[in-house]
Amino acid sequence: MHIIVCIKQIMDPESAASGFRIDESAKKAVVADGTPLVVSPFDAQATEAALRIRDEIGDCKITILSMGPDSAREAIKQCLAMGADEGVLLCDPAFEGADSYSTAFVLAEATRKIGDYDLILTGRQAADTDFGVVGIGIGELLGIPVVTIAKEVLVHGRTVRVERVLQDGFETVETALPAVVTVSNELGEPRYPKLKQLLQAARKRMTVWSAVDLGVDVANVGSTGARLEIEKLFVPERTNRCEFIDGESPQQVAAQLVGRLRELNVL
Amino acid sequence: MSVTGKDSGVVVLTEVEQRKPTRLAYELLSVARQLSKESHGLVCAVMFGSNLQDVAQELIFQGADRVYLADGESLAEYQEDRWLSVLAEVVQEVRPAVVLCGQTSIGSDLAPRLAFRLKTAIATDCENLRIQSGKAMATRSCYGGKARAVVSFRQVPAVATIRPKCQNPLKREPERNGEVIALRVDSISSVARTVRVGRRSEGAGDAGLENAEVVVAGGRGLNGAEGFRLLEELASVLGAALGASRVACDLGWCSTTRQIGLTGKIVTPDLYIAVGISGASQHMAGCGGAKTIVAINTDPNANIFKAARFGVVADFKQVVPFLIEDLRQLRRSEV
Repeated sequence: MHIIVCIKQIMDPESAASGFRIDESAKKAVVADGTPLVVSPFDAQATEAALRIRDEIGDCKITILSMGPDSAREAIKQCLAMGADEGVLLCDPAFEGADSYSTAFVLAEATRKIGDYDLILTGRQAADTDFGVVGIGIGELLGIPVVTIAKEVLVHGRTVRVERVLQDGFETVETALPAVVTVSNELGEPRYPKLKQLLQAARKRMTVWSAVDLGVDVANVGSTGARLEIEKLFVPERTNRCEFIDGESPQQVAAQLVGRLRELNVL
Repeated sequence: MSVTGKDSGVVVLTEVEQRKPTRLAYELLSVARQLSKESHGLVCAVMFGSNLQDVAQELIFQGADRVYLADGESLAEYQEDRWLSVLAEVVQEVRPAVVLCGQTSIGSDLAPRLAFRLKTAIATDCENLRIQSGKAMATRSCYGGKARAVVSFRQVPAVATIRPKCQNPLKREPERNGEVIALRVDSISSVARTVRVGRRSEGAGDAGLENAEVVVAGGRGLNGAEGFRLLEELASVLGAALGASRVACDLGWCSTTRQIGLTGKIVTPDLYIAVGISGASQHMAGCGGAKTIVAINTDPNANIFKAARFGVVADFKQVVPFLIEDLRQLRRSEV
């Protein structure tokens, strides 16, 4: 069995909001010094989902695929350290400025080139843009079924069984392989690599492909192939002022809070 | 991309719950009506389910010019291949400038499929969609709610999913006229590549989160599931819905259907009481629309205090029992 996991390297979404800045003229978020670049959390969970399938069925190769700048090698290595087997980086200036459409296009072309896959896993959305479209797009472009927002992914023979998260509960969906499944945080914590695995990861195979290697028409990739254009990117102004409730005792604080809320007709 | 060319009008996927269009369906129709003024076309709603002729009339009273009914046994429950076939067929017939879905379980799954099928642009979780200088433009949040982006669509139709509670439904006009078209569903492809084999609902109680006027929510600072017992009492005395941060749900302290945040529920209550919640951007994306936020947290530097109207820096276990007692007394004196 061969699983391809598509990942994206992003600025750590958990890093302090105070350090977050937008360059409005470049229409890009600024990677401030010291902001860690990480595997997008939902993609780390997709890698975890692949590893759990391998834990269960044994004979399974896991390839990590990512479109990004050279720094994305580190994100791929992190997933290799978790236990994946090899990495493929899609790196080319032509791929820059991509939107969901041109990203899905490049990833789909790369999976075609890799060939012989059974399952494609990816996070439900990138934790920076929060679009939630690329995984579905890959499936649509390859003409294979897509099941989204997975809490659990199980493989039995040529069938994949997914427990999906809905707004008001869960449903279990089955489909035949090959298929795409997008993974949600409900899957649980991804495993953390031990130091030994981090060292081993550096020795695992990492292939780098350019637009020429993929044989793609550059009109379909990067900002040229994007269907959506960013007109403006900005941090909204914060005008909030918080009133801190003080008191000599918790009882007094509670009474004070209720009093203030009643004064303002909130209660 | 000009929206005043031959691609005009708006197609709207209107979802139905217990034989009533959702409030979000009406919000979408409101957006569609505004768009159709600029794009000079019809607002066409698409609805799935059986015996919905009278419901179709409601959609017309709330802004639809035409309602396509997809009525068939195999279409009653959402199955992406079949629903996509129907939606794509309507889009092919209407040739709209814009296609709108809600940012719901169904909408967020179906809209991207449609966009890629049509090889067109899609923006998800938009706060609004409008036409400016002949271009369709949408505003959405990104970076976990820390930033806003204004995006324009380079292709027709522009496909968008709209976030709930960002627009107001139009006033109901019971004299409005429109067409209801029953789609020939036997001619629609019935190929379904996936099968639903099981379903479980999670507590009808917390379906109330999205419509609640008061919400009490707990986070990592509760330090365990026990803390939620106290919040349940607080919620009860306030007549509030109970929610939680993603962390609390991931740690198994409460059901994931209580999760408030970017990948959970978006709530817009009059009062939001955040207990032991740090206020990470992805959580704020879920509760930022609340009218008044009260935060209780032991960390005075917690991000939540940047959005809260009132802050209490304290251990919730100390303060909340007194809050509950005070509110109980208040209730009794008001009766």
